[in-house]
Amino acid sequence: MSDATERSGVGEDVRLGFPSSAPAVYDSARRAPRWIEEAVQLWRYRGLVQELVIRDIKVRYKRSVLGILWTMLAPLLNMIALTLVFSSILKTAVQNYPVYFMTGSIFWAFFSQTTTSAAQQTTASNELAKRMFLPRSVFIASAVGGGLVNLILSLVPLILILLITGYPFHPTWAFLPVSILVITLFTAGISLLLFTVTSRFADVREMYTVLVQTWFFLTPIVYEPSIVPFRYRVLLSLNPMYHLIQVFRKPIYDGVLPSPTLLAGSFALSVAVLITGWVYFSHRSDKMAYWS
Amino acid sequence: MKEAIRLEGVTMRYRVPHERLNSLKEYTIRRLKRTITYGDFVALSGVNLSVAAGERVGVIGRNGAGKSTLFRVVSRVLIPSEGRVVVSGRVAPILELGLGFHGELTGRENVMIQGALLGFSRRQTRARLERIVEWAELQDFIDAPIRTFSTGMAARLAFAVATDVDPDILLVDEALAVGDEKFRRKCQDRMAEITARGRTFLLVSHSLEQIRNNCDRAVWLHHGAIVRDGDSETVAQAYHEWSLGETDQVAPAPGR
Repeated sequence: MSDATERSGVGEDVRLGFPSSAPAVYDSARRAPRWIEEAVQLWRYRGLVQELVIRDIKVRYKRSVLGILWTMLAPLLNMIALTLVFSSILKTAVQNYPVYFMTGSIFWAFFSQTTTSAAQQTTASNELAKRMFLPRSVFIASAVGGGLVNLILSLVPLILILLITGYPFHPTWAFLPVSILVITLFTAGISLLLFTVTSRFADVREMYTVLVQTWFFLTPIVYEPSIVPFRYRVLLSLNPMYHLIQVFRKPIYDGVLPSPTLLAGSFALSVAVLITGWVYFSHRSDKMAYWS
Repeated sequence: MKEAIRLEGVTMRYRVPHERLNSLKEYTIRRLKRTITYGDFVALSGVNLSVAAGERVGVIGRNGAGKSTLFRVVSRVLIPSEGRVVVSGRVAPILELGLGFHGELTGRENVMIQGALLGFSRRQTRARLERIVEWAELQDFIDAPIRTFSTGMAARLAFAVATDVDPDILLVDEALAVGDEKFRRKCQDRMAEITARGRTFLLVSHSLEQIRNNCDRAVWLHHGAIVRDGDSETVAQAYHEWSLGETDQVAPAPGR
């Protein structure tokens, strides 16, 4: 694919090897709307996004003994601990707790790790983008890309647990790519918002860590929503993560597709968050060079 | 002659709080108490500059005179508060050598990242890798982590990647002053090669020697404005005399 795109642009710039569609003239007085310009630049620098994702994976595993196994081991250990607590001590009524918990925790790990990493990218991005032209959205895209790689990897221990506990593989697994798409759009939107705010105020990063921790417990990940007292159900339904987690969990755990209402609602919400994040981010991105 | 860079009345103004406020908590509190005061900092004021394609221009001035800001405006890192910047052609910066290097990764892996930072695809960088490594004379070390490299070795590699790009406009920020004598000569040669091909070349340096050797024209910035613009020998001389305190006054400032 990349061969084709590169060859098609051979016209002028093989010599430079610059992204072949790059405009030859930059005119500060004639710029496209910010949200378009940022999107064009992000596409142009997609090779860098790929490179950053690869770098982060390599750096993470280069000096660790367990290497890539760790990504898969961590959710397993978590699951074992919580299964012990919930099935033996709290006597949960959830059937096959390991699968129930792991579907939720994989989803949550993707969201929290990606957004946290996006917030941390501000430092790295400032260091580079202050000195050379780069669309800062590449750093957010690379956080999302890295999160996706981890998400895929952590499906391996989940499958392992399904096999061990003899849980059925529902045909609705085939729906998983759609679920992942929906939660990725939402996560990318939050990442954009968070990155923008953190660029201006560094302490938001710590605040977010605390927030995400609380949010985890307010979302039915380790417990089932039915144990939530009736008067708090409204609050629960206001939590976007409550709906998104179901989009991800239902095809695996319940073996059913998310209802059209749930799916349409989650999709609309995710797209709305992404658009808001994108517009806010690109609107502020000119300013980021001053803030840093 | 084709114009490569044009600045029309470029002003770069920062609105800066008198104290640095990068904590949201503090910002909110101070905002409510209305105790935030701002000052305007003008890094460039009404700069007019036209650089023809193929020109070699040196930029001199004291620290804080606006040299780096000028570079950032040209490389579109900063968007001017007022005025207009037009740049025709691809710009490649050689700013701080080794920017973006990661110590844990090997030389080869770092070259791939540097390539991507400059806008290359993986395939394009891989095609250049051999030549880059050879030029940097690092064939035996390229698969070792960068943290095991000496500063000189890392600089060599960074310079090799950055100049392999062959851009239309090359921005160099004192990067030439690293490494041993042999490497410096090699860098000089490569610079000469690039300019011989008719590329535009912008150099910021505190070394007047470098400006004289590498540039035909020099621009002297003082408090964000161009105070002298002419052939490099004359401007460098004037700057030299001024900085020695031989003349008190900065030469007549055009455009003020």
